[in-house]
Amino acid sequence: MNHWLTAPILIPLLGGILQVFVGYAPLPLRRTLALATTAILLASAIALLALANDGSYRAYTLGNWAPPFGIVLVLDRLAALMLVMTAVLAFCSHLYAINRVDETSRQFHSLYLFLLMGLNIAFLTGDLFNLFVAFEVLLIASYGLLMHGKGTQRTVPGLHYVVLNLAGSALFLISVGMIYSVTGTLNMADLAIKVARVNPADVPILQAGGMLLLVVFALKSAILPLCFWLPKAYASATAPVSAIFVVMTKVGVYAILRVYILIFGAEAGALANLGLDWLFPLALATLVMGVIGALGANNLKTLVTWQVLISVGTLFAAIGLGNVAGVSGALFYMVNTTWVTAGLFLVCDLVAGQRGCVGDKIVTAPRMHNRTLLSVLFLLGAVAAVGLPPLSGFFGKLLILKAATPGPQMVWLWAVLLIGGFFTLIAYSRAGSIVFWRNSEGHVAQIERLTVPVTVSTGVLIAMSAAIVVLAGPFSAYAEATARQLFDTGQYLEILHTPTIGSDTP
Amino acid sequence: MELTVALVIGALTASGVYLLLRARTFPVVLGLTLLSYGVNLFLFATGRLMTGGQPILGSTETYSDPLPQALVLTAIVIGFAMTAFVVVLALRSQADHQDDHVDGANHNGHQNSTVSQEQSR
Repeated sequence: MNHWLTAPILIPLLGGILQVFVGYAPLPLRRTLALATTAILLASAIALLALANDGSYRAYTLGNWAPPFGIVLVLDRLAALMLVMTAVLAFCSHLYAINRVDETSRQFHSLYLFLLMGLNIAFLTGDLFNLFVAFEVLLIASYGLLMHGKGTQRTVPGLHYVVLNLAGSALFLISVGMIYSVTGTLNMADLAIKVARVNPADVPILQAGGMLLLVVFALKSAILPLCFWLPKAYASATAPVSAIFVVMTKVGVYAILRVYILIFGAEAGALANLGLDWLFPLALATLVMGVIGALGANNLKTLVTWQVLISVGTLFAAIGLGNVAGVSGALFYMVNTTWVTAGLFLVCDLVAGQRGCVGDKIVTAPRMHNRTLLSVLFLLGAVAAVGLPPLSGFFGKLLILKAATPGPQMVWLWAVLLIGGFFTLIAYSRAGSIVFWRNSEGHVAQIERLTVPVTVSTGVLIAMSAAIVVLAGPFSAYAEATARQLFDTGQYLEILHTPTIGSDTP
Repeated sequence: MELTVALVIGALTASGVYLLLRARTFPVVLGLTLLSYGVNLFLFATGRLMTGGQPILGSTETYSDPLPQALVLTAIVIGFAMTAFVVVLALRSQADHQDDHVDGANHNGHQNSTVSQEQSR
């Protein structure tokens, strides 16, 4: 048993509890403690990545209950990658939040840390019901964060978001109940064994449960028929909150990768590759809708919000290919798009702060004070998001395009991805040229000046797309090893034999 | 017993979904509550229905499955917290917009909101 596996959960939990207790302490102290927590979390995530890089599974049995009876935490390459991706993003957007949005509420830091805890539980857990609990933890923190900020414009999108996610939780419970009723287990490794051997009479119930689960994850990750909540919710949140929310759609992506490859994968007998044939067409439709939305966006933040949908569509199109190359391309693309989209949310907020009452609307306005820096950041972010060379989005899309095997799937993927990319480029060019080049006379009286933390945090997130290119060799090797490990499900089942402390079996 | 439980779960879920689709926040909150009751009963029933069964070894001839009971307990606690939150949110929305419509008040004039009020009746 490796106790370090609990670190990404315990660090934000303890840090969050501390924030609750020091709620009336001076603001600088609270900020230092909160930022230190996120920094330690980042360090622990990187340490776990180094640990997981040897390609073995590490299981931690909570409370020393032998699996499959107790809850296990499982660390593998995929979980470690998700942890690091989240921790880097969390640190940058936390740095951005300081001096800007954390003054209005005493609960901001604790909610933010509890959200990170929920995310990390979801990435580490090896139990389906625990995944539900993790979703609830991160959702209730996200409800609070979404409502965070001044003004009344957030109540209605917040209400929609909460009600929709509560309905989603109900569906999650129903599907978990259906799966439990015929398999008698909720441990993911145990499910992978039991699903393949299920009684033929029970297959329809299991199939319905599995498809309901897909609906739930599709709602979390915003695939087409279930994505209409996302633009309003993300566009109404404050910038650092929108930035960290980018990772919440990726939790749905992670859950689909984990559950549908492990439990309903190629070796699941009657239910092999359940839902895979639905994923690909829906993903392409999501991508098309994201592009249409981006073309019609009338402010920068909405434009970036639609970029989240474009990313989700691209990711699921790659995962829907159902092969190792597709998943490894998707993982490469996911890290890039998560960081860059989050960075673009922060850039939009900086732009809005320097344009007075115009905000981030795509209209002519007086010149911005720091227009050179902001326009370069926007340009780099847009290039990486659209997928133009030389930044990392290009390589991610290239890996996805190369993963398609010749056939109708390849025609659809190439056509939609390339034409969609072209129209996304038009959307970004239009927005960028109007906002940065077409200026009217006059000046804005009160501007929000750039401070070091906000510039650094935004710059780091955008510069990540260049860093990924520099480290493209080792990173794509890691992504491919992750995809291979994911498809080699037999090894995952070994965690059922994790010895408990004090047991006689070795 | 199976039929009764199934009918109760079905009725709770159907009423919950119907109320969830209403245009006012109060019916929506009630709908969420009913839906979570239906789901909790459903989860409980996944451990198979029996009378006189206990989840403790050596106490009875027939044992009931303790795991769904633990799951239901967790689901009840989470559902309760979420309902409390959504009630507060609905009250906040009502106070902000002077209207309990789920889409808030229409700021462009009262005509649209009166139309939607009539529609919801």
